[in-house]
Amino acid sequence: MRVLVRPKAGILDPQGQAVERALPALGFEGVSQVHVGRLVELEVADPAQLPAMCEKLLVNPLIEDYEIVSIDGAPAASAAGAAG
Amino acid sequence: MKFGVLRFPGTCDEVDAQLACERVAGAEILWHGDRDLKGVDAIVVPGGFSYGDYLRVGAIARFSPLMESVIDFAREGGPVLGICNGFQILCEAGLLPGALLPNRTLRFVCRQVDLRVERTDTPFTNACEQGELLSIPAKHTTGCWYAPKQLHEQVEANGQVLLRYADGQNFNGSLADVAGVCNEAGNVFGLMPHPEHAVDPLTGSTDGLKLFASIRDSLAAHV
Repeated sequence: MRVLVRPKAGILDPQGQAVERALPALGFEGVSQVHVGRLVELEVADPAQLPAMCEKLLVNPLIEDYEIVSIDGAPAASAAGAAG
Repeated sequence: MKFGVLRFPGTCDEVDAQLACERVAGAEILWHGDRDLKGVDAIVVPGGFSYGDYLRVGAIARFSPLMESVIDFAREGGPVLGICNGFQILCEAGLLPGALLPNRTLRFVCRQVDLRVERTDTPFTNACEQGELLSIPAKHTTGCWYAPKQLHEQVEANGQVLLRYADGQNFNGSLADVAGVCNEAGNVFGLMPHPEHAVDPLTGSTDGLKLFASIRDSLAAHV
């Protein structure tokens, strides 16, 4: 399974901003809305426990959203914006 | 009275913190794998890079056996001071409001900063003057304090911001210039700058000592 972790919308994301500035400097135009997050890959016996794992350890729900994706790419669960 | 200073793998400021505590009282280092707080009267969670800052700053340390005891100690009203990585750990543990984000410059910054004292009727600032500027060094990469709007409003309304960066000195982008914030009950306090590095005239400022003396004096007042 994969857990995709990204900064919550509206939160200062200096990494995303730095990448967004760096790409045009290399000649890549038309890039916007860059956000840099984290990818956690893991094998779990019981995927139903993944949201709890995210809320308790893998994600800080105050500042991050997460998305659980099975390894074949199908979305399994998401908590985008859940904690407002 | 005796301070307990936590040591995690990757902690690096515990000896300075211990020496700072020893200028005002007794102090002992507590190891992260133990659960026993050894009867200390106050806890200092010092700075460093606990557990290599893996995953997120403070995220792993928060679940150490010793932190479980510290969380109980804090819930019972014991004074807990978190410095830098200690502040990050206390936020991850839910003992303090908000979270620490990367500095807006994305750079490690090491500099002396002035901190304005917002309140003096607390266990951490009673040795300070209202509005006084404390000169204390800060050194971190992840020190931009953030809280969602509603939480921030609540924190301000409760008067939980004890220290703010002086005008023009908020180098990390912290919301509302917050440098140090306490919990609602007022017995847990965290700040990014390092008071334990400002206790000797040799290094330019002894203002940090006031925070340690405040904790000692507040405990003495309750005995």
